[in-house]
Amino acid sequence: MPDALRLTDVDAFYGQIQVLRGLAFELRAGEVLCLLGRNGAGKTTALKAIMGLVPAAAGSIRLGDLELTDLPAHEVPKAGVAYVPQGRRLFAELTVAENIEIGLNARKKGPAVAESVLTLFPILRERWRQRSGTLSGGEQQMLAMARALCLEPAVLLLDEPTEGLMPSMIARIRDTVAELRGRGVSTVLVEQRVDAVLPVADRVAFIENGRNRETVDVARLRAEPELVRRYVGVG
Amino acid sequence: MAFGPHLLLAALEGLVQAAVLALTALGLSLVFGVMRVVNVAHGEFFMLGAVLAWGVTTAVSGHPALGFAAALVVAPLAVGAVALLSERLVLRRLDYNPEATIVATIGLLYILQQAALTFYGPEARPVVPPFNIRLQLPWFGYSAYKLSVIGASAVVLAATWFVLARTRIGLVMRATQYDREIATAFGIPVERVYAGVFALGAMLAAVAAVLIVPISQAHYLMGADPLLLSFIVVIIGGLGSLRGTVVAALLIGLSDGIVSVFFSPTLAKIIATLAVALVLVFRPQGLFGQAAR
Ligand SMILES: Nc1ncnc2c1ncn2[C@@H]1O[C@H](COP(=O)(O)OP(=O)(O)O)[C@@H](O)[C@H]1O
Ligand SMILES: [Mg+2]
Repeated sequence: MPDALRLTDVDAFYGQIQVLRGLAFELRAGEVLCLLGRNGAGKTTALKAIMGLVPAAAGSIRLGDLELTDLPAHEVPKAGVAYVPQGRRLFAELTVAENIEIGLNARKKGPAVAESVLTLFPILRERWRQRSGTLSGGEQQMLAMARALCLEPAVLLLDEPTEGLMPSMIARIRDTVAELRGRGVSTVLVEQRVDAVLPVADRVAFIENGRNRETVDVARLRAEPELVRRYVGVG
Repeated sequence: MAFGPHLLLAALEGLVQAAVLALTALGLSLVFGVMRVVNVAHGEFFMLGAVLAWGVTTAVSGHPALGFAAALVVAPLAVGAVALLSERLVLRRLDYNPEATIVATIGLLYILQQAALTFYGPEARPVVPPFNIRLQLPWFGYSAYKLSVIGASAVVLAATWFVLARTRIGLVMRATQYDREIATAFGIPVERVYAGVFALGAMLAAVAAVLIVPISQAHYLMGADPLLLSFIVVIIGGLGSLRGTVVAALLIGLSDGIVSVFFSPTLAKIIATLAVALVLVFRPQGLFGQAAR
């Protein structure tokens, strides 16, 4: 099967400051690839570059045969890439229903898609008319994921979805990622802590200083935990 | 005239002011709310609407209502087109930078003003109202046209509310307002939304101007007052809040009408300015605005 997403030698800048330096990785169809790295390594910037929110100054980002860097940013989701940003970034003043509607509108999906997404997060139905800013942290994360899944994406980008959540909620989010993997969604999962991803990831790419140091299978990572210490400091 | 009827008359005059002010200020508030652009040229869109209304009503022969109806359609559309052009040629090139767009719209203000002076001239010119009926109330007669201005403004305000709160386009506008980047990540073409909002804001000012011009007059310098009053309304009401804009316009319009009639127009302006100062000190986000996020 071809790769779902392939980054080749991507550079990205904030003004004069270079953040991505020849970043390269591929996401295989149907897998969960974890980007692991310290704070400031460039993980969020990598996802923003994929979404076109930060321009790629050099390199290529391919979704199947489609060169995403040729598209205006608002066309990237239409091509089938959905984004769950760090810190959730819900439209806090809008209701749960309206946040979902924005997800549906992105690729002109009908209410049936929302129905199917909500089977994963039934609690959101009870909050349907509530302003999303009033939800608990865990509920907000679920809504952020639901909003993205309303695109029926081929590729899902998840930026630190467990950040700041209670352990029980972390387990739920992790289960959902596993469930989505079962449904064939290819996922890039950004995390800072390895224990958060070992249960769900297929492979781990260690990001440091805007580069991919090494991509390893999770099986190898279990066998050689010192890899984690080398790239991320504390395991 | 006895006090009661006098007060009623003043309140009606104030309501007419408030109706037009609410439309104008709503345009300013939408543009700032969604785009974070302080449009200093907003009053010139108002002026352009009035001047074009004069042009259209003069060009159309027959019953005055015909020319006025034409002006009510043509002037806002033409002003919207000018706004679209300014958005594309100026604001977009500055990437909607909040500081740069202030300076740029000051430039736009002078361009529009001088263009009006060149092509329209320095005279103040009246526009014939579409109908000339006096409603005889028990205490005094009152212009039916003025009452219809209040009604028309209420209809446009309600329509704007409906679009914002109940339609997909409104949802897209609100999403863009809250988070431009995430809106983009969900397929919303932010630049097109901005262009639409800027045009809509200008058209609201133009509609207000067409409505008021049979009562006042068209003049190339008439944009200054509506701009200032719109800022006052937007600061008091709270940015981006439709309800706040309407309430503040009512407060300012009514107090202006009543205080002007019973005391003096200068005192009315002093009160409005004082109200702005008080709001800025004690409730900087405005009466109905959300605190800064
Ligand atoms: N909007 C921005 N402007 C300037 N620098 C930024 C911006 N966002 C992130 N950076 C910088 O880019 C680097 C990478 O940030 P980021 O991609 O957020 O890292 P990570 O997600 O791995 O923690 C950091 O040094 C950060 O300070
Ligand atoms: Mg990050």
